[in-house]
Amino acid sequence: MKNISANPNEDLQAIRDIMERSSKFLSLSGLSGIFAGACALMGAAIAWFFILDSGHVHYDEYMRSLGGSSTSGIRIYLALDAILVLGFAVLGAIYFSFRNARKAGQQFWTNSARRVLINLLIPLVSGGIFALILMFRNNLELVASVMLIFYGLSLVNAGKFTFGEIHYLGLTEIVLGILAGVFINYGLLLWTIGFGLMHIVYGTVMYNRYERHRAWNIEIRN
Amino acid sequence: MKSPIANLQKVFESRIRLGIMSALMVNDTLDFNTLKELLGLTDGNLASHLKALEQQEIIVVSKQFIGRKPSTTYKTTEQGRDLFRQHLSALEKLISNQ
Repeated sequence: MKNISANPNEDLQAIRDIMERSSKFLSLSGLSGIFAGACALMGAAIAWFFILDSGHVHYDEYMRSLGGSSTSGIRIYLALDAILVLGFAVLGAIYFSFRNARKAGQQFWTNSARRVLINLLIPLVSGGIFALILMFRNNLELVASVMLIFYGLSLVNAGKFTFGEIHYLGLTEIVLGILAGVFINYGLLLWTIGFGLMHIVYGTVMYNRYERHRAWNIEIRN
Repeated sequence: MKSPIANLQKVFESRIRLGIMSALMVNDTLDFNTLKELLGLTDGNLASHLKALEQQEIIVVSKQFIGRKPSTTYKTTEQGRDLFRQHLSALEKLISNQ
């Protein structure tokens, strides 16, 4: 490495690689997306079969047909259900990403991990509080839409500091959220697609793109 | 036309110094251990390159205590960022002239 002009291509490649590795959170595991999607599907199934009476009636009509106070049980169960789904999904994300970082011999709690988290949490917590306000003001029909839209904004915001796929997952969630606001009877269905199916789809894509390949690499090296 | 090679900075000839500078360009500050891990270097090796960059006023060092542990952080100087940008555009010109 005496003469730098011998290979400017390699130098630029190295610069780009280090800039990306030092500024982006690349330990995020696709498996955490798949796991979060599975949690959401289960949560949606619980909401549909147990809380919303096996889906015999439409999500929104059902809510409207009940007066304010008689829905308070349903509202509390739905809120609990959503909070449990979020809790398990977050635990899964931490577990799989931590495992991913350790496998690659990298630290988990880095500057970029902090940046991802803070940028994710600002819109996410605002949206969560707003969804709770809607729930307890008896505007349940808009909750699915609000959750999807704010979650999408959180992902777009955090996506700048991690894999590019997160940005597109965010845009997808925003579109689904707007649709859920327009087609209000399909709120739960669109919620299930956004939080369940889309997580599994994007998680699988990311796993195949970044992790399967790496696991294979490590095997070869050993 | 002036050869683009004239703008290549001697200090960035080393891939390690180039790496340190790349990381500091996209982070306000980085501490010694983060740099060490990022670049996969030994303490001594990293320290000597950091020293060289510091002496040429490309980076500045600040030492402080976090609790009882000493922590050394590094950041770029205005001059350092300038030299790095010149070096980058020289590299790019070299490629487009190839």
